[in-house]
Amino acid sequence: METYKLTVNGQPREVTVDPGTPLLWVLREELKMTGTKYGCGIAACGACTVHLGGEATRSCVVPVSLVRGRPVVTIEAMAEDPVGRVVQDAWVSKDIVQCGYCQSGQIMSAVALLKATRKPTDANIEESMGGNLCRCATYVRIREAIKVASQQLK
Amino acid sequence: MRLASKPENGLDLNRRSFLRVSAAAAGGLLVSLYFDLPALAQEGNPAAPSKPYPSYPPDAFVHIRPDGKIVITVNRLEFGQGVHTSLPMILADEMDADWSQVVAELAPAADVYKDPLFGIQMVGGSGSIAHSFRQYRELGGRTRAMLVAAAAEKWKVAPGECRTEASVVHGPGGKSATYAELAEAAARQPVPAAVQLKDPSRFRLVGHRIPRLDSRPKCDGSLKFGLDLDLPDMKTAVVAHPPVFGGRVKNLEDKDARGVEGVREVFEIPLVKGTGVAVVADRFWTAKQARDRLKIEWDLSAVEHADTAQLRAKYKELARTPGNVAVNRGDPKAIDAIAAANRVVVEYEFPYLAHVPMEPLNTTIRFDGDRAETWAGSQFQTVDQGAIAEILGLKPEQVTFHTEMAGGGFGRRAVPDSHVQREAAAIAKRLRGTPVKLVWTREDDVQGGYYRPMHVHRVEVGIGPDGMPAAWRHVIVGQSIAAGTPFAAMIVKNGVDETAVEGAADTHYDIPNLHVSAHHPTANVPVLWWRSVGHTHTAFVMETLIDELATRAKADPIAYRRKLLKADAGKLRRALDLMDKKSASWRAKLPQGHAVGIACHQSFETGVACAVDVSIENKRPKIHRATIALDPGTAVNPLTIESQFQAGVGFGVSQLMAKGAITFKDGRVEQRNFDGYTPPYIVDAPAAVDVHIVPSTEAPTGCGEPPVPVISPAVVNALARLTGKRHRTLPLVSI
Repeated sequence: METYKLTVNGQPREVTVDPGTPLLWVLREELKMTGTKYGCGIAACGACTVHLGGEATRSCVVPVSLVRGRPVVTIEAMAEDPVGRVVQDAWVSKDIVQCGYCQSGQIMSAVALLKATRKPTDANIEESMGGNLCRCATYVRIREAIKVASQQLK
Repeated sequence: MRLASKPENGLDLNRRSFLRVSAAAAGGLLVSLYFDLPALAQEGNPAAPSKPYPSYPPDAFVHIRPDGKIVITVNRLEFGQGVHTSLPMILADEMDADWSQVVAELAPAADVYKDPLFGIQMVGGSGSIAHSFRQYRELGGRTRAMLVAAAAEKWKVAPGECRTEASVVHGPGGKSATYAELAEAAARQPVPAAVQLKDPSRFRLVGHRIPRLDSRPKCDGSLKFGLDLDLPDMKTAVVAHPPVFGGRVKNLEDKDARGVEGVREVFEIPLVKGTGVAVVADRFWTAKQARDRLKIEWDLSAVEHADTAQLRAKYKELARTPGNVAVNRGDPKAIDAIAAANRVVVEYEFPYLAHVPMEPLNTTIRFDGDRAETWAGSQFQTVDQGAIAEILGLKPEQVTFHTEMAGGGFGRRAVPDSHVQREAAAIAKRLRGTPVKLVWTREDDVQGGYYRPMHVHRVEVGIGPDGMPAAWRHVIVGQSIAAGTPFAAMIVKNGVDETAVEGAADTHYDIPNLHVSAHHPTANVPVLWWRSVGHTHTAFVMETLIDELATRAKADPIAYRRKLLKADAGKLRRALDLMDKKSASWRAKLPQGHAVGIACHQSFETGVACAVDVSIENKRPKIHRATIALDPGTAVNPLTIESQFQAGVGFGVSQLMAKGAITFKDGRVEQRNFDGYTPPYIVDAPAAVDVHIVPSTEAPTGCGEPPVPVISPAVVNALARLTGKRHRTLPLVSI
């Protein structure tokens, strides 16, 4: 067991865990932040996507020991984030969610995309959202909502 | 799953049930529907939940709270299909409730929440709205009538002089009172024996595009799924399952596992078939690490080792002989009189499919000796409750069962043997007094069985002089889903599992000589219904083969289908006509390298037609757009239906994915996770889908499953136009 200092959604946090523990499980089980989801554990579905040092990252394969001071931002902070809020509102206005389990990860990927590229093309969307699995396959409305959010942000 | 019959899906208040209305302990009006069951009558309120859901007794459907909020209980699991919004809409509409004040809650397991037709509490057969539409209308209508009666009594006027709107009763002379103000007096009113339901022209919610009630909490991370549950002192368990179904632990070395800090217990548990090893720890990650350190020697000697190649060979052999007869219309020998040149003989292969819902399977149980409490996203609440009770030596009513929102399911949470809940109960029994959450990892899920069965179809078609099918002999080979379960009596008829032949034996095409039969070999692979069940494979066969026949007849694929549809196939015909109209302009000007694919199919009494625009990119089908038309009777929430169909066709693309198969070698599943068994990502699903609903005031029919069957045949039909090749084996490993 080791103790790690993390910055999660702007707040300093301290956890004592096995160094190999993935960031996902630190968030969910130590910090009780369950908005970030477990879907596969091998970075193949994107349900666990967070922003690590500003980059969309699969938290299920990042050991806490490798976080090393980079700020961690999760879905729980998106309502207060200027881009995050716009994306969440677009998601709600497009009535995207079905089961909703993947949508934290979808939104985190979409926010990262729109922070980097305000006017994403279809190809940009397919590339940035390409690793986020939605088993309900709500992809058509996800495409639409990203374009709505992009309009709002210009 | 199909229903054997379609009785009136309303409430029969005289015979089976009665309403009870009471003042709520916390104030307000509660409307409950009781089924007249002796157990309930004797024991009062046996399934009353304990913490953390103390706000309403489990048998209430409506609770008008003093603050004006109207809590409507949803008798179904919400796992994406939208009933958490659409069932309350139905009740609130009939009640004239203020929709902005409506709160939906998922019902715990209780007799009153059982499906009015199936007799268990469940989601399946796309029946949530179809079976509860009348039920929720009746409940809303009676609630409204009692509120009006209370107001009329108070104002000393006739009820007929009052009207209702947005949770307010208005009387003569400008009198008005809110539902919350009237709730207590309404609770003292007699329940009306009959109530006049609204004319559909007066619906304010039903038929309107109403946004989901669960959107925001699913977009901000605040919604708690079953896997997110956190209880004081809760432990997490994982189970090591045998590598071949039914295997048993022969020798267990658990020293290394027990050495992992945070591990509490390691012990052998019985499984539905065979045995496994449970690891209980403070945290999931700890439990998983410890499981990886178990050294288990398995006894696999007594179990069959399934092998895909062997099964395929066996199934193909069986398909050459007639099976148990599902339908025999006209002359079964008619085909033999048709010249070989006018006969088509084709074989189709379908793999095992896993459901892989995004939220991995899980169940939390706390066993307290004389009672237990459970939290699970279940499609089969009362079945799972009964299974847990059995393992714990309790009566079902001693097991409080909370329905948690679930991250998908597609049939995977409707398991007749409740194997996940039985595992969880076996663990909770040992951990008496401590809540334990059993988590199946994604690997457990992919390798854990309960798949859509593998199938082989063999079809011989004799073509008449008009180019239409004159005789059709069809053999379907695959494991029975229902055999050996309590559902067999309802689903297996004359040795034919209806879920294997639905969509073929009851085809809406007018084929004069039709013979469909089925073989149901057994295999050591647990099988289960997978969204749209038999239609997943029968629609593929019917719709690709009909398309092939249309091509052979040099006919337009839509015109050919229209000509072949039975006179009484109204829903499918209307869907086909609407799709034809709505897609005509884009079909007329396709870019170079694109082709159109057509399919239509009726399932769960909803007719669906589909046109897709497909090209080939990176050696895969690229679906640029799909136009879908459907006739689902009354469209309760057109927004939800649009969304279900847009996404449901994407789900259907699962069948085409290059890595879209579960296969076996020496009894072991060859895939482990999403890297080996890959559902559609954004690039694989249609890029745009427009959905058109045939206007109707008929009873509502299914919308959860009917999107799935049409898409894979439509895409494969488009590929045939692009490449000239007919794909008859799924998944599409290469094109």
